[in-house]
Amino acid sequence: MLEIPCPWCGLRCESEFSYGGEAHIVRPENPEALNDEAWADYLFMRKNPRGPHLEQWHHVYGCRRWFNVKRDTLSYRIECSYRVGEQPPEGEI
Amino acid sequence: MMTKYSFFNLVRNALGHHEGWAPAWRSPEPGKQYDVVIIGGGGHGLATAYYLAKEHGITNVAVLEKGWIGGGNTGRNTTIVRSNYLWDEAAHLYEASMKLWEGLSQDLNFNLMFSQRGVYNLGHNLQDMRDIRRRVDANRLNGIDGEVVDGIELKRRIPILNTSPNSRYPVLGASFQARGGTARHDAVAWGFARGADSFGVDIIQQCEVIGIRQVNGCVTGVETNRGFIGAGKVGIVVAGNSSVLAGLAGFRLPISSHPLQALVSEPLKPVLDTVVMSNAVHGYISQSDKGDLVVGAGIDSFNGYGQRGSFPVIEGVLAAIKALFPVFSRVRMNRQWGGIVDTTPDACPIIGRTPVKGVYINCGWGTGGFKATPGSGYVFAHTLAQERPHSLNEAFSLERFTSGHLIDEHGAAGVAH
Repeated sequence: MLEIPCPWCGLRCESEFSYGGEAHIVRPENPEALNDEAWADYLFMRKNPRGPHLEQWHHVYGCRRWFNVKRDTLSYRIECSYRVGEQPPEGEI
Repeated sequence: MMTKYSFFNLVRNALGHHEGWAPAWRSPEPGKQYDVVIIGGGGHGLATAYYLAKEHGITNVAVLEKGWIGGGNTGRNTTIVRSNYLWDEAAHLYEASMKLWEGLSQDLNFNLMFSQRGVYNLGHNLQDMRDIRRRVDANRLNGIDGEVVDGIELKRRIPILNTSPNSRYPVLGASFQARGGTARHDAVAWGFARGADSFGVDIIQQCEVIGIRQVNGCVTGVETNRGFIGAGKVGIVVAGNSSVLAGLAGFRLPISSHPLQALVSEPLKPVLDTVVMSNAVHGYISQSDKGDLVVGAGIDSFNGYGQRGSFPVIEGVLAAIKALFPVFSRVRMNRQWGGIVDTTPDACPIIGRTPVKGVYINCGWGTGGFKATPGSGYVFAHTLAQERPHSLNEAFSLERFTSGHLIDEHGAAGVAH
């Protein structure tokens, strides 16, 4: 069981959360202007790294807020969490 | 030369106290240059090498495996084989695989313990039953056997199944594919390895690819922990690590890697003679020939490469299995493990070309790759040899995510396999 640090509620069990995939994917300002490759890249292509990963979690059985987590996908160690709209403490990975 | 496994050879070797058997495959040093290098020595990679040699006469082939062959998902799945997929493209691909399974033990001269004991997919509510009816009808139109079984008949066939209307997960009926069943997963890897090796394919274990060398966007070989190996073509067949290898080659994939768990119980006397799956409760169960119950769970929701699953998922699947089979409530689980599955947005595989010339990929089988092992190898070998997809895997290109021609198999492939 992961213990996930919700920025509002503190450390809570994984079963209170739902997972939201890769963080910091920004919807293109003007989708009509994109070609199919760029649109597919936005919709479907993912980093899926083996190692540190910036990802979204939703405290669905708690405060119901979305937030971001930096977690290692190999060791599952969670380095930190931070609020939506913020950048990870040490910048992009 | 490969020793044929036969009754005669068994008797002959028995006289020599079974000390005369040759190894099933060689362990050669990596060569300098191959026509085709397959990255990944799981079932799919080994099957690809086997069919490259057998069907296309390409034998200057190496299979590179960073661990030991069959140590990844091939040895970690719940061994279920079926082909009752909804959409034509997927149904044809999995059915081609099923047809290969049916002759595979003979073809490979290796006992895969393929047992067509039937596969039930349970329906728990009226909508499940409508979906089951639709899928079975679609299957039969595609020439795939299927049957809708109602609750009463289901109870007659599987007496230990809890079909009480008061059950936590009421069972209204099921789809049934009689030709589905199980196969011994290790034997599949070993059988294909032995078969490929007999054609001269080099199977190189403990050889990890750490780079893919390209000149002007065209592949020339792979960097490994055992040095550079030149290759005319490279096939990437690495399941959960597909995004990592694609990263080395310089392109992106629509793949998320997740841990998928399975468990086995202590061995029991024969109690369940078929395979029972439920997509709704994310559980599936069968009994191996050794007697242990083989239980499969759902995936962990988060991306992970850890080859172990989390406790809430075990709790969820065992609660569901216990509700469906109260008789198993006191069975003890012996072992639990996880494999890393490469899921795609449409629950269908990606088999074909990549943006790098000479690099081909076969990935995205997600939670259900084992059943497709021979078919996957067959069509991927064709793709590598002919440099164009087989008609069966044409629809499964990476380009479908750009063109929008997704094949939504979540209904038949969702979680349970």
